[in-house]
Amino acid sequence: MSLPRVLRGKPVLLRHTRTSSVAGVLARITTFCIDGLDSRPVAVEVDVRAGLPAFVIVGLGDLAVREARERVRGALLNCGFEFPQRRIVVNLAPAHLRKNGSGFDLPIACAVLAASGQVPAAAVARRAIYGELSLTGEVRGCRGTLAVAEATRRAGLEGVVVARERALEASLAGDLEIVGVDTLRELGRILGGEEDVPPLPDARERSRPSPPAADLADVRGQWSAIRAVEVAAAGGHNVLLRGAPGTGKTMLARRIPGILPPLDRDEAIEVTRIHSVAGAAAAGGLVDERPFRAPHHTISPSGLVGGGSSPAPGEATLAHHGVLFLDELSEFNRNALDALRQPLEDGHVTIIRGQRAARFPTRFMLVAATNPCPCGHADDPKRCRCTDSDHARHRRRLSGPLLDRIDVVVDVLRPSADELAAPPSTDTATVRAAVLAARARQAERLAAARATCNAHMDAATVRRLVRLEPVARARLARSYDDGTISARAHDRLLRVARTIADLAGRDAVGEADVIEALNLRGESVAPVREAA
Amino acid sequence: MSAPVPSPASASPPAAPCPACLRRAWLVAALAGRIEYGRRAGAARIPLLLALGDRDLMRAVGASPGVARRYEAFSPDEAREAVHRAGLTAVCRHDTRYPAALRELPDAPPVLHVAGDAERFVALTAVDQPAVAVVGARRATGYGGQVARGLGRGLASADVTVVSGMALGVDSAAHEGALEGGGATVAVLAGGAERPYPASKHGLYAAIRARGCVVSEMPPGARAQRWCFPARNRLIAALARLTVVVEGRERSGSLITADFARDLGRDVGAVPGAVTSPLARGPNALLADGAHVIRSAEDALDLACGVGGWQRRGPAAGAVPEHLRALHAAVASGLDTPDRLAASGVPVAAALAGLTELELAGHLRRLPGGGYVVALEAR
Repeated sequence: MSLPRVLRGKPVLLRHTRTSSVAGVLARITTFCIDGLDSRPVAVEVDVRAGLPAFVIVGLGDLAVREARERVRGALLNCGFEFPQRRIVVNLAPAHLRKNGSGFDLPIACAVLAASGQVPAAAVARRAIYGELSLTGEVRGCRGTLAVAEATRRAGLEGVVVARERALEASLAGDLEIVGVDTLRELGRILGGEEDVPPLPDARERSRPSPPAADLADVRGQWSAIRAVEVAAAGGHNVLLRGAPGTGKTMLARRIPGILPPLDRDEAIEVTRIHSVAGAAAAGGLVDERPFRAPHHTISPSGLVGGGSSPAPGEATLAHHGVLFLDELSEFNRNALDALRQPLEDGHVTIIRGQRAARFPTRFMLVAATNPCPCGHADDPKRCRCTDSDHARHRRRLSGPLLDRIDVVVDVLRPSADELAAPPSTDTATVRAAVLAARARQAERLAAARATCNAHMDAATVRRLVRLEPVARARLARSYDDGTISARAHDRLLRVARTIADLAGRDAVGEADVIEALNLRGESVAPVREAA
Repeated sequence: MSAPVPSPASASPPAAPCPACLRRAWLVAALAGRIEYGRRAGAARIPLLLALGDRDLMRAVGASPGVARRYEAFSPDEAREAVHRAGLTAVCRHDTRYPAALRELPDAPPVLHVAGDAERFVALTAVDQPAVAVVGARRATGYGGQVARGLGRGLASADVTVVSGMALGVDSAAHEGALEGGGATVAVLAGGAERPYPASKHGLYAAIRARGCVVSEMPPGARAQRWCFPARNRLIAALARLTVVVEGRERSGSLITADFARDLGRDVGAVPGAVTSPLARGPNALLADGAHVIRSAEDALDLACGVGGWQRRGPAAGAVPEHLRALHAAVASGLDTPDRLAASGVPVAAALAGLTELELAGHLRRLPGGGYVVALEAR
């Protein structure tokens, strides 16, 4: 563009403004960007002014955000709105925050509508808007809707606009107007006041009938393994199932969520938020079943504990308040297992990538399964082909920091033909009732402490709150003195013994409880060193 | 080298093994590296070397002038002091406590260094005390370990000394069995007796030292050279009336022990194994050559003590407590896992606790895989 000589060096913008026929129109909408398990407010500002037709999005968006241009343009036109043939600049503020995901489609479209006068600006200013658009103008749900709704409430806005399929999930945030819409056209009518905000979908109609839960009655024989699992579930202990291939380790592990107490509302909301952010939640609103995660043994460390350039939760976090099942424990990558140490110890993990740090909760019950030896037949000397050194190598692979955090170890034995034909040894309802009663006793005792179950008691709490009968104390001291258990194992043993006493409804831990806890360490306690 | 006949007067105080023997033991340790060198060069046969006199030995292996100088300046007091510091007892050939069985060796060690109670050592190696060596492969199978353990337990519970080398695998299992059976066991090490070899067996070492004894011909601080292991095997064979090979490949150390035993005119037994297993080739070859078949501790006891010449003690752990007698009997009758017990009607929590209580008291032992076996068979 060549300017007249007299104007060279003068501010061009000034001239442009002065002579433009239409002044810039600004619209502003609040939306949110998922960051870890939380969401951060983002202002979508749209400036529509005269100039060569253009549609520009600035503000550190990722590829999905840049591609929003095409979806927004298509959706607006296909819903019968006008797409202004002017210069449209979309700014996502704050400018330093990286934005990712497809949830910016709907707020950008609405901001364009407001800036071009197609919907009233006041209607969009009091609500947050979050959702993805299809080219036909359908509104799709995005991951992290619950986190967005909660942040909306914290930000003091009146309501939030989301896809109808996510409306129930958003409603969990509490006192908030939820506008669940199916299409952009519908949203336009609601914002224009031509239509009322639709009621929430019926929770029952949305939730799929859950498949019949796996029941412990399907398991034949396996009394000792079921007992170990019952103790582990009652106290929230991590458990290792050791047994030959085909003895039913996986079958047992899958039945553990069924015998755990139901999630309370806060826990359920936390689980829903996590699964929503990870994009794993079904659209039925509240996730009220305990998660069961069984990652394959080829999983990477960041897949297990979380990671990625914008930190995403890993399997350990997806198993929060539920069960993390590691089948074939000895096959897992050493680094991945090492990465589990902090989450197991602290109940959370902090992932730092670049300038971002995210903290993910990881209070899960670890259930691991492994073969007893490389060939898997250690229980049958006739079939086991392993040498002592094979056994030693296998134990070394398993041992170490992870095994130190597993309280209960049990040998899953091959059931005999008679046992397979016999009626089930127990069922989920019976075991669950026992677990619930034991948990109630723990909750009462631990009310003042920060733990919720025996496995989470810290050393000081163990000393303060675990009361032993004198004979039990003497038995424990003897096992410690003759070297059967280490100092670290001592506290773990006390926690398990406490759980066993809780299952039996005893106030003080008895000798039999300590001895059974010794058995559930899964090791020989033969007195090789002392008197035989 | 002539070995003077021990006179009653030389029943000396324990702190005084004679200077010549101490010097000889020191010399063998000081020349261990040269001896190994000679062996690898194929220049020397160890038994012949060890039968040489001090000066001939130095000449034969090419001792350095430094060793020769230190040999001349050898101080028996310092050597005694070193033995004492290491917590060992030195028993030399001129001591009445020296095992008579070793005197039959042409290259009998000048001094035995004993870790553990010296009186117990005398009792375990006395002329009228039967001893059986149980040896075998380090990389033993579960079968080999189980058999060795059973032999150790059965022999020791009949008060027969179990001699072995504390190596991984069969040797350790035999010692562990012997400890379970009452503790009559002697471990012969290739290096100094004051520390465990292999180091991973420190727990077993401590237990043997406390309840049996650990011996070595090497002075404290000596590191084992490769030749020391077959040399140690000759002591194992010589200390025992019967040497039993549990598992071992052809041309393995265990077969060397059997050869030594045969050379000394002692009995050799072998535990038969699967003909397809490489680890059974050694014992099966011995059997083909006429070794005694050892199927159980009883077979070994009949050989070592004569048929009917032995008697088992009852379980050393004392009687099974009244409230667990039924459970113990159930395990003995084949309900040997908690699941089988539970299937027969025992509440599972009681079964788990009961099994562990019986194991703590030494009546049962938990096997890898979760089954239980009766630890001591009462007679």
